[in-house]
Amino acid sequence: MRRVAAIQAIYPELERSVVVTIMGAVAAELQSIGHRPNFFYLQHAMGLASSVGLGLALARPELPVVVLDGDGSLLMNLGGLTTLARYRPGNLVHVVFDNESLLSVGGFPTATSTGSDLAAIAKGAGVPRTATVGTLEEFRGAFVAAQGAGELTTLVAKVEAVGPAGYVTDLTLLENRFQFARHLKERLRKE
Amino acid sequence: MPVSVSASTQVYRGLKQAGVRIVSALPETWLVHLIRMAEDDPEMTLVRLAKEEEGVGISTGSHLAGVPSAMLMQNHGFLAAINGIVSCGQLYRIPLLMLISQRGSFGEKDPWQTEGGGVTEHVLDALRIPFDRLDSPAHVEKRIAKAQTLARSASRPVALLLERDLMWED
Repeated sequence: MRRVAAIQAIYPELERSVVVTIMGAVAAELQSIGHRPNFFYLQHAMGLASSVGLGLALARPELPVVVLDGDGSLLMNLGGLTTLARYRPGNLVHVVFDNESLLSVGGFPTATSTGSDLAAIAKGAGVPRTATVGTLEEFRGAFVAAQGAGELTTLVAKVEAVGPAGYVTDLTLLENRFQFARHLKERLRKE
Repeated sequence: MPVSVSASTQVYRGLKQAGVRIVSALPETWLVHLIRMAEDDPEMTLVRLAKEEEGVGISTGSHLAGVPSAMLMQNHGFLAAINGIVSCGQLYRIPLLMLISQRGSFGEKDPWQTEGGGVTEHVLDALRIPFDRLDSPAHVEKRIAKAQTLARSASRPVALLLERDLMWED
């Protein structure tokens, strides 16, 4: 499964959600499909995307929050899984694209390439719903089910270690950040 | 335990007056009363962390969602959170309100706390993070309010150092 195809497969659901991505390929690929004001790209601070998602989910329990994480990023904040599990917001779906490498910095293999199982780690941390999927159909099915479950889910999607040619887009970091905050403010007013 | 309940109550009142509704924390001796107050307060969401850097993410998410938050940590926790503070809080202009217990200053008896106290203010300066000290009951609420005001107007992280003279009674 290619990550960009996986993102494409759930794009209609992402359009309705509040989305936080990690830096690099995931951010560039989601933007290549189509940026929306409800998408926030955390272009550094590796590991913190899931914590940002937790903050959003706790602050606004009525919003469906999706975190698009990666193996390299999650491995930098494994303790954060225990915090996610502790508060287990039912409005948060935590997707981990696992390409078993740090693709954006040269493709060095991560520990998932030598057997570390992120879904098992999430389960052990106490995340109530976890799964690992390997095909597009499985991924889309599991993602839709997770959004309907009303229970915190960590969904690990095994993807190929391929990405876009470049990572810098014409959306500046601060433009994205202030647009995202304004979107959430306006959404609160409408609801 | 000689951690001041009255000072902790004052700090907590300052946070409430600043509109804080989410507090992330990692326990440390000087923070025990504050953390209990947050836990017992139905208006407050307390997020107990595994490591302080997570608190930067929690506060970033809650700020973007429009809910004011604060981070409670020891100065060694602040040191452990620096990349998050720089590459999330500062990069994305998040008004983090950081309350940092300043262990390792004059009067410190625990040998293991003594290195952090000497570097904390220098690191805050190096990071260009505006900070002030909470060292007397006379100004606690006022300084918290002023810190929050600057964090918001500048859209940048700020820090308040919880000092021994305020927090510890011995």
